[in-house]
Amino acid sequence: MSGTARSQLRLLARDPVLLVLLTVIALSIAVFVVYPLVKVFMASLHVNDVWTLDGYRELAERRLYRNALVNSLSVAALVGIISVAIGYVAAFVLTRLEVPGKTLLHYITILPIVSPPFVSAVSILFLFGFNGLVTRQLLGLNDFSIYGFHGVVISQVFTFAPIAYLSLRGVLASLSPTLEDAALNIGATRWQTFWKVTFPLSLPGIASAFLVVFIESMADFGNPLVLAGAAFPMLAPQAYLEITGSFNLSRGATLAIVLLIPSMTAFAIQRYYLAKRQYITVTGKPTASTSKIVSNPMKWLLYGIVSFFAVLVTAFYAVIIVGAFTQVWGFNYTPTLAHFRYVFDVGLDSVKDTLIVAIVSTPISGILGMLVAFLVVRRVFPGRTALEFGSILSFAVPGTVVGIGYILAFNAPPIILTGTLAILVLCFVFRYVPVGIQSGIAVLRQIDPSIEEAAQNLGANGLTTFRKVTLPLIAPAFFSGLVYAFVRAMTAISAAIFLVSANWNLMTVQILNQVGSGRLGVSAAFSVVVIVIVLIAIGIISFLINRWTRHTSMVRFQ
Amino acid sequence: MTDSIRIVGLNKVFPSPGGGSVHAVKDINLDIGAGKLVTLLGPSGCGKTTLLRMIAGFEEPSSGDLFFGERRMNEEPPNTRDTAMVFQSYAVFPHLNVFENVAFGLRLRHLPKAEIEAKVTRVLEQTGLEGYAKRSPNQLSGGQQQRVALARCIVMEPKVLLFDEPLSNLDAKLREQMRVEIRELQQRLGITSIYVTHDQVEAMSISDEIVIMKSGVVEQLGTPQEIYARPANRFVADFIGKANIVEARIAGKNTIEINGVSIGVPLVPELPAGAEVSAILRPEAIHLSAEGGQFRGIVRRVMFLGNIAEYLVEVDGLGNWLVDISNPAEAGLFQAGSQVFLEPSAGSIHILG
Ligand SMILES: Nc1ncnc2c1ncn2[C@@H]1O[C@H](COP(=O)(O)OP(=O)(O)OP(=O)(O)O)[C@@H](O)[C@H]1O
Ligand SMILES: [Mg+2]
Repeated sequence: MSGTARSQLRLLARDPVLLVLLTVIALSIAVFVVYPLVKVFMASLHVNDVWTLDGYRELAERRLYRNALVNSLSVAALVGIISVAIGYVAAFVLTRLEVPGKTLLHYITILPIVSPPFVSAVSILFLFGFNGLVTRQLLGLNDFSIYGFHGVVISQVFTFAPIAYLSLRGVLASLSPTLEDAALNIGATRWQTFWKVTFPLSLPGIASAFLVVFIESMADFGNPLVLAGAAFPMLAPQAYLEITGSFNLSRGATLAIVLLIPSMTAFAIQRYYLAKRQYITVTGKPTASTSKIVSNPMKWLLYGIVSFFAVLVTAFYAVIIVGAFTQVWGFNYTPTLAHFRYVFDVGLDSVKDTLIVAIVSTPISGILGMLVAFLVVRRVFPGRTALEFGSILSFAVPGTVVGIGYILAFNAPPIILTGTLAILVLCFVFRYVPVGIQSGIAVLRQIDPSIEEAAQNLGANGLTTFRKVTLPLIAPAFFSGLVYAFVRAMTAISAAIFLVSANWNLMTVQILNQVGSGRLGVSAAFSVVVIVIVLIAIGIISFLINRWTRHTSMVRFQ
Repeated sequence: MTDSIRIVGLNKVFPSPGGGSVHAVKDINLDIGAGKLVTLLGPSGCGKTTLLRMIAGFEEPSSGDLFFGERRMNEEPPNTRDTAMVFQSYAVFPHLNVFENVAFGLRLRHLPKAEIEAKVTRVLEQTGLEGYAKRSPNQLSGGQQQRVALARCIVMEPKVLLFDEPLSNLDAKLREQMRVEIRELQQRLGITSIYVTHDQVEAMSISDEIVIMKSGVVEQLGTPQEIYARPANRFVADFIGKANIVEARIAGKNTIEINGVSIGVPLVPELPAGAEVSAILRPEAIHLSAEGGQFRGIVRRVMFLGNIAEYLVEVDGLGNWLVDISNPAEAGLFQAGSQVFLEPSAGSIHILG
């Protein structure tokens, strides 16, 4: 074992470029991923200048915090179940059935992924709030409250069902339909075929999608903050309130740790248990994938469910757009540009800042992701697994925890970054690089290493090989890494809210402030601007990548 | 310019993931003359690919030395070794078309455009790929992709050509055709070549010399004829062609005794009379008749294969022997269960001490 490590070190010593790269990457992960977490952990054990477990004891004793934990967990579990159910039906209909308008439905279904965090919450307020279009104007209800458990669940389902859909789509698309044909062929009924073949085969994927949604829901900050209400405490907003409201850093840190534990557990299960149990059959052969296991009425029922969801998503967006052009929702529906005027006047700085942060962090994130993926898959060096783990760890760490970690870690020497552009960029890069790394790793593992060896064999050195062969081949992963980094930088809130300053402010934080002060119209206008910028950026990134690599058929945004 | 290859005491030890280690290549010594084609032949997992990858520079030897000509190559990175390798999986660049694939290495050398164009065009002709220059690899059949991999190598005019089971994915017909083409091309260009295969027919048909490997060790090195006629041990005898390995005893000068029957043989190891040895009897060097032979047996199984009939005969006191009879359609078949007499052709019996 030590002999192995020694020979790996010897190889490293002979490759100085690799050595420097690895050192820089490992150090930055240690400083910007691990160190802030350690700081949070230490702060949770350090109350009033003494080392103690009192913080945790108090948490356990007080109803408020116990409720926050129970509420967060139950919301996450229910949102996970509903999202997976919707996601599975949508994935099944859109990959396996012959129905009209599949492409359109697909894009509508994934639309919420690229939108800012408050769209569904604000839409819900527009529709079901005190002055809601449905609740007040249509039904004339006076005592209906959307705040609390149901409001958060509905809002989160709209935010996270698309994530479940995308991951289940991958699972279902890769299950060979011949398996179903085989079952039907040996006499199984359609119902039996589904429950005995299709469903069990997709079960690991379902569990995995559930856990991803669970993690996202636990970490979600925007929806609970707007819709939970005072009577329904939840962990992430509570941690934020402890810090910004009561200036109680150690209480916030303790809540953050409590928030971190279920997320990390779910992540560990997802990654180390389920990931190995996915029955994905990649044959490379296109299969005629129309499923024969649903009867016609069933097919249209499922199609109806998917269409209904799509209609709701569309309605939510329509409401946001209309709301952005409406004087005062609920009272005065006169069209106006006032909200946009506000955005480009008072809010212009935050628009600029957001764009700068996104434009700076996106390429760094994209390239770092591909580089780490490349090193992890193609190079041997001591600590490779640790590097992979460290670099994707932040996926499972709720933004609130990261935000608290960053203010604890970078507010005092040796590294002072609070209030700078750098802290936002670094936070976004290290928070959102895991998706690029993961897809890079997945694509690279499918590429025969001898393709790169062939390039070397023909005289290309390491760098030329990476540039001329590896990068073009992983272009699809590069693309999705870039898009993800940009979208997230434009729409992030949970960590960013701790890190913004007078000099560097973000649009999402503006949206939150406007919602907080009841100016829903302005927040809708901000949201519309964010969505437009994100869509334009996806267009530009895809144009650039297409120009740069010719095998465009592989590049698709999913 | 092509180079001879000299391998001295080469070892490769892989750490295995579950702890421990795999000794994939054990103390190999080889001399491969300039311009020769040598095959590495052996069962799966015997270290052929590993040896080849060490020559190409993709694996670092754990110990031992590798020379091209007089030059020690151990520390040379793969991109400056001037070897060209045809990978088992072809490794054709999927994002480049056929022309760009073949031009890849030349472009890295910054040759003038016109020269690249000329060289690539000529090689594409040689490999029967003219007209495919603009195709993308995923529009090619397996055989065509294999030619691209080959063209991409020979266009470099390398010092050493390395082939890792280049034909393993092709159908039988195309395989025969390609191996003739590879052999002709290699002889025309005179490039020292190492060819990995686990197909013995392929090895016999294209090699100047064959290296038989087992579990990382060289079992025998020789021309195809030498290896077939005088296998160094039971493993080689069995691996190359079919063999009946029969217990025998030295009876005197150039005479052995099998189950009491004395047979004169051409070559006998220097061993005292009475020493136990093994006799290798090739199935095609045994004569079968209805009456009159040195050994008697019962036919247990007959397989008619067209050009030959393959018999499994239970020989009295000696177990089962394989016997191949050529031109069976004319000779007529013995039925299973019938009694036959066997007479090994003494000249082709090989004795292992
Ligand atoms: N990178 C590696 N790490 C650990 N063990 C390895 C590695 N590469 C090869 N081995 C082991 O070394 C031995 C020789 O492998 P090699 O690939 O050279 O066999 P081969 O003769 O080419 O087999 P085949 O005919 O199946 O291609 C095998 O036992 C293999 O498992
Ligand atoms: Mg091999």
